[in-house]
Amino acid sequence: MSTIPEDYDLVIEPKTRLLDLNLKEVWRYRDLLTLFVRRDFVAVYKQTVLGPLWFILQPIITSIMQLLIFNNVAKIPVDGMPPMLFYLSGNLMWQYFSGSLTLTSNTFRSNAGIFGKVYFPRLITPLSLIISQLLKFGVQFCLFLVIWFYYYFNGSIDFVLQPNLHILTVPLLIIMMAGLALGAGMIISSLTTKYRDFTFLLTFAVQLMMYGTVVIYPLSFVDSQYQKFILANPMTPIIEAFRYAFTGTGTFSWGYLGYSTLIMLFLMTVGVIVFNRVEKSFMDTV
Amino acid sequence: MKPAIKIENLSKQYRLGTVGTGSFAHDLNRWWHTVRGKEDPYLEIGEANDRANKGESDYVWALKDINFEVKPGDVLGIIGKNGAGKSTLLKLLSRVTRPTTGSIKARGRIASLLEVGTGFHPELTGRENVFLNGAIMGMNKQEIRSKFDEIVEFAGCERYIDTPVKRYSSGMYVRLAFAVAAHLEPEILIVDEVLAVGDAEFQKKAIEKMKDVSKGGKRTVLFVSHNMASVKALCNRGLVMQNGTTVFSGDVDDSINYYLRKDIKENHSSLKDIKQRAGNSKLVFSEIKLLNKEGLEITNAILGGYTIFSLKLESLQVVNNLEIRIQIIDGFGNIVSTLNNFHSADLFQNINNEIVANCIFENIPLLPGEYTLSLRARDQIDKVLFDELESCFLFKVESGDYFGTGRIPIVKQGVIIDHKWEVLDEK
Repeated sequence: MSTIPEDYDLVIEPKTRLLDLNLKEVWRYRDLLTLFVRRDFVAVYKQTVLGPLWFILQPIITSIMQLLIFNNVAKIPVDGMPPMLFYLSGNLMWQYFSGSLTLTSNTFRSNAGIFGKVYFPRLITPLSLIISQLLKFGVQFCLFLVIWFYYYFNGSIDFVLQPNLHILTVPLLIIMMAGLALGAGMIISSLTTKYRDFTFLLTFAVQLMMYGTVVIYPLSFVDSQYQKFILANPMTPIIEAFRYAFTGTGTFSWGYLGYSTLIMLFLMTVGVIVFNRVEKSFMDTV
Repeated sequence: MKPAIKIENLSKQYRLGTVGTGSFAHDLNRWWHTVRGKEDPYLEIGEANDRANKGESDYVWALKDINFEVKPGDVLGIIGKNGAGKSTLLKLLSRVTRPTTGSIKARGRIASLLEVGTGFHPELTGRENVFLNGAIMGMNKQEIRSKFDEIVEFAGCERYIDTPVKRYSSGMYVRLAFAVAAHLEPEILIVDEVLAVGDAEFQKKAIEKMKDVSKGGKRTVLFVSHNMASVKALCNRGLVMQNGTTVFSGDVDDSINYYLRKDIKENHSSLKDIKQRAGNSKLVFSEIKLLNKEGLEITNAILGGYTIFSLKLESLQVVNNLEIRIQIIDGFGNIVSTLNNFHSADLFQNINNEIVANCIFENIPLLPGEYTLSLRARDQIDKVLFDELESCFLFKVESGDYFGTGRIPIVKQGVIIDHKWEVLDEK
């Protein structure tokens, strides 16, 4: 209807294509990403005396409690590892996953204030949460390494630590873990903008799922007929592989890891698509 | 010239009520229609957004078929009453939510300022928040760093810059927040009534900054405000909105005039039919007239002339301690004066049935222009509100010989204060 050439920089329309991700824009806002990460990471321990030390105390105390209850009282074996290392590794991995999942799944609701006032690529927010949780994980991982070194150099007849080349897969394991949390978190956050039923489901699902993962028992402890249920949880192969890489005991299987990778890719793809679809208009329903 | 923003058939529909099983049923129905490749069944049933009247449908159009263009360098003032769709329009432009139908096309980066201090984190220091807020608004680190000193100076809080903002006074907080926003340099800036922050000195500073922003002629600004004075000061174009549609667009002065006229009820001497009023209605204003010295109705008052605001009131029961307040409001929405019988006469007692209350000026000190009156009646002792009407009556004041000197004042601002001069010989 008009003769004006259509050379606009920005077109806002009701519907967008399925895969209109605009990653270029996300890249343009990378400074915001780092600032968000900084905010999430720094603001947590402002006005505390112990500061980031709290990141360490939490998994240590949880692990000690689990050691007392599940190992000493319930006598659940730990694949011949030092029990402290066993529980600590499980907790680090699981807490990263569950923490990231819970936070990202609240993206839209907890940021409605900002999202309602200004535009930036919404993807920045879950990404920043995943990364700031990763920093926290990093601090905890250092603690793990310290304890691991202690056991490595003070070996006893009960256990021998056999770190192996699989240690090289650890960064990969971490990326898979982050991807799983991000993908699932994005899906859930998109689902909860209008109908909040999923929020309730998620809170206790995450708690219960811990018992369906190899956090407090090794995979080898599970009867082989039930192993497939535990393995259906994509976090199981990741945690088992992590333990195997550092101690040489447990289960390491490329097949299981491949399964986890497929699940991660699937969740990420669906997550990004759904998130991208919802972010345009969630303000009307959140 | 190519437009900076082009808006075509833009509409936005909202659903009223709560989200629950009812809306879930609608969602399922909508999904079912989409699956079969049909139109959204709820797009046809929306109603115009008139919030005072109960509607038939759960769906309303906050915006309906908006079309306009903004040229680069224009400063467009968007005016309209509450609920006219101004904020919805800005939300669509700033991509907070997307339209139901239609499209917006724009050239250049859009930054929106719907609120100052979006994303400020109370635990972070002023410095950290400047960077965070700037980044949220779309600046990168380098841009912020290069303007950081300017921002701090503009906000006037250098001493506090390394203190968490939760320790700031509320004024300091908004000043810092506005300072960041004011130093954005996008091609298109969208501003929603954020100038109404801080003290008078800061507001003046803010308006000047906004003027600077638009002066270069490169920047396109869309500005929403209820304050006609700042719209007039900042904008060169105007757009008047009503019930989700645009009713007027053009030069800013014409737009303001159109809007203010639009604000007045059609039949202004009868007040009975006005629906937007507050109070328990035990006593109501039923009529208002402007009378001259002879008691004849006039449409225009004359500066310095004998003028009566004649109010007719109807009451259902005997009312005591009646206080009537009249506010005179000028064309920019500023209250010029408040007239109150409690202060200038006494409370009215034993009011029953129908009475006429006359507020008399022997020589009215209003300068030439258009004014509106807001009325309120209440029981001054028990603080019971009977009736309140905002901007319910429009009248004009024409120039006149106030001082009886034959020389007519031509000033356009304020009111005339009665005064005398004397010259004394100092011997």
